[in-house]
Amino acid sequence: MKALMFGWEFPPHILGGLGTASYGLTKGMAMQPDMDINFVIPKPWGDEDQSFLRIIGACNTPIVWKDVSWDYVSKRIGDAMDPQLYFDLRNHIYADFSYRHVNDLGCLEFSGRYPDNLLEEINNYSIVAGVIARTLDFDVIHSHDWLTYPAGIHSKQVTGKPLVIHVHATDFDRSRGSVNPQVYGIEKDGMDHADHIICVSNLTRETVITKYHQDPAKVTTVHNAVEPLPEDIEAMTSSNGTKDKVITFLGRITMQKGPEYFVEAAARVLQRADNVRFVMAGSGDMMNKMISLAAKRNISDKFHFTGFLKGKQVYEMLKSSDVYVMPSVSEPFGISPLEAMQCGVPTIISKQSGCAEILNHAIKVDYWDIEAMADAMYSIITYPSMYEYLKREGRHEVDEIKWEYAGQKVREIYEKVIRR
Amino acid sequence: MKTICFYFQIHQPFRLKRYRFFDIGKDHYYYDDFANEEIIRRITDRCYIPANKLMLDMIHDSGGKFKVAFSISGMALEQLEIYSPEVIDGFKELAKTGCVEFLSETYAHSLSSLSDPAEFKDQVRMHADKIEMLFGQRPKVFRNTELIYSDDIAPLVTSLGYKGMITEGAKHILGWKSPNYLYASAVQPQLKLLLKNYRFSDDITFRFSNYTWNEYPLTADKFMNWIAALPEDEELINLFMTYDTLGSLQPAESGIFDFFRALPRFAEERGITFSTPSEVLKKMKSVAPISCPYPISWADEERDTSAWLGNQLQKEAFEKLYSIGERVRLCSDKRLKQDWFYLQSSDHFYYMCTKHFSDGAVHSAFSPYDSPYDAFINYMNVLSDFMERVEAQYPSSIENEELNALLATIRNQGLELEQMKKEVAMLRKKKAPATKKTQVKE
Repeated sequence: MKALMFGWEFPPHILGGLGTASYGLTKGMAMQPDMDINFVIPKPWGDEDQSFLRIIGACNTPIVWKDVSWDYVSKRIGDAMDPQLYFDLRNHIYADFSYRHVNDLGCLEFSGRYPDNLLEEINNYSIVAGVIARTLDFDVIHSHDWLTYPAGIHSKQVTGKPLVIHVHATDFDRSRGSVNPQVYGIEKDGMDHADHIICVSNLTRETVITKYHQDPAKVTTVHNAVEPLPEDIEAMTSSNGTKDKVITFLGRITMQKGPEYFVEAAARVLQRADNVRFVMAGSGDMMNKMISLAAKRNISDKFHFTGFLKGKQVYEMLKSSDVYVMPSVSEPFGISPLEAMQCGVPTIISKQSGCAEILNHAIKVDYWDIEAMADAMYSIITYPSMYEYLKREGRHEVDEIKWEYAGQKVREIYEKVIRR
Repeated sequence: MKTICFYFQIHQPFRLKRYRFFDIGKDHYYYDDFANEEIIRRITDRCYIPANKLMLDMIHDSGGKFKVAFSISGMALEQLEIYSPEVIDGFKELAKTGCVEFLSETYAHSLSSLSDPAEFKDQVRMHADKIEMLFGQRPKVFRNTELIYSDDIAPLVTSLGYKGMITEGAKHILGWKSPNYLYASAVQPQLKLLLKNYRFSDDITFRFSNYTWNEYPLTADKFMNWIAALPEDEELINLFMTYDTLGSLQPAESGIFDFFRALPRFAEERGITFSTPSEVLKKMKSVAPISCPYPISWADEERDTSAWLGNQLQKEAFEKLYSIGERVRLCSDKRLKQDWFYLQSSDHFYYMCTKHFSDGAVHSAFSPYDSPYDAFINYMNVLSDFMERVEAQYPSSIENEELNALLATIRNQGLELEQMKKEVAMLRKKKAPATKKTQVKE
């Protein structure tokens, strides 16, 4: 089984959960012995883990024929791509794009991020996909998130191979309801053309069916999973220097993540308990607002901001926490609570997050129910049995949520669309 | 000759309202009156009223041959008195027929038998008093909360003067033995045990309206055939179930009422009689001792106490609750005592059970909470407030014994004063005539 996947992010250079999910899923799928994955991303950095799949950079794929030598290609992009692949791709340029601005290798430039001219980049990505689809041999096309849907559709039209799209989020999640019509258009187009739609939670599936008017029969939920912790992180210990308990919010401080509910709940807990501190880790457009809200509630002495955390710092923070809270207003899945549970941190999540569907040993509250959230925080820091039980059972539970199983479900979907 | 011993359980806990930790110390009312009333009213209409009527009809139609036993917890009685007094009247009417026996249990439907013997005895006495007051008969046979029984509980029960007890015919206790005999406790041979025949009981309680069951539909005729087909010397068939079976677990439209109505007739055809537990104790002799080192119950596949005390959360809540038992018994505040009972209902611990994440949905179906964690949070908030109130009565810095001595002094003060007053009066009386006499002499 050969799959051509279109993605936007891949670790270690990631900006959000999409990269983590793409990595986990492909790794889980690669455990199937006959699985062969080509993964296209806009701009590889060369340090991606390619042990279980092949990464193809859109920025290294020629769309204009340039007369270059093997050595030159090898020197220029050899660390990110096999020169042979470059020449194969060059042989499949399908139209005259010489009016476009390309580099010395005939490739388009990509930022690989979410720039202001994102729509143009998405379009360019789709042009490149046409070359890749004509070159490679594969059985199924798999597009991750709306940015890559046009590329998926293009590939499907060129090759006639079935298209599976993977909805990691919809614009309804990102915007709390005020949807960008252009984004919606791209999303809907992708779904209409897809042979099958994979959603990361039933919550998202529901949105896809009702808001994008898709046939329920072609929409399947495959819940995300989590990678096992590496040993060095497993060995980390708490660096909490105070005697106080630490309750943590970790994520982008944006409207979607519901940070204000965390602050309000903290203010309530602090009315009764004084052996506790609150940490809001991350950055985002609502950070300053949260700082002033904490000051307004007069809890700034117990409420701390860390700014953006990266790599290991995230795990250091988790390991030092006694409670992890994710009060997201709308979260298609939300891998971070799973990571917290891996670190043995009791977790409170909002019922409006997709991961609530598969987690039993986490406390679930409505994101707006500040009182319930405060209540849950208070009980975990007050009753040792609650803390111990959630810590142990949570860890237990999350250890059983494996990408391997998610990969098997995706495989079943592949088989189904190919047979059709 | 075979005899069937029917016993129905009636219990409803006082469900707690959403009680936040900010309420601790401010709000001392813990109960969800709306939900409690709604549930009691619904179950009254669906089950208790029609079922009571059915029982009465069956007794009359069979000419007093149909016998039945009830165990009604104090919690249920209190709520029925408030919301559905007509049900109590129905039971009084049943009591008058003489074919109905009321069993003894712990007033609060509590798990006190597992950790607090003093509390256990208090509650059993209290419950017996209440039953006697309402129905004019003092219970003679004991049934523990959720049929919990162990070798440690047996002496407690005998010390209260009971000769018989009802419990589960758990497979791991019986082994190859059949539940269809009368047994005795291994540690207290004078305590006879009636064991539930869980196969026949569950056929009615859980499987009656199950279309996928290969014996569906169950008719009274067929059911009595099964019983009649048992080996000849197996004479006692104990059918123990919750009263909700009639009309609630098995809705009226499943035909459960008609099934019961037909039972006495088919029983009579096959020479099967009905008995109350007390009659069984009188008529039969125990065939063997039963030893039960670990507590058994009628819950779940395991038939143990893990539904209430299976996980750490339940254990912490349970231990915290009974850690103040002695102190509460020293208090005399009526409201405090009332809350103490209400908080002991085993249901509060049942809601915290995490077993249903893997096995059946039975637990979650009865829980007013979304998850066991919610149940724990809410209960612990209430318990914290309750413990603060107990603490406010008598500070915990005073030891229980010291406090007891002080309280004894205070209580005795009244008596002593009265005695002294009497003495003074007596002495005055003595003195008064004496002075008169002297006056006369003069």
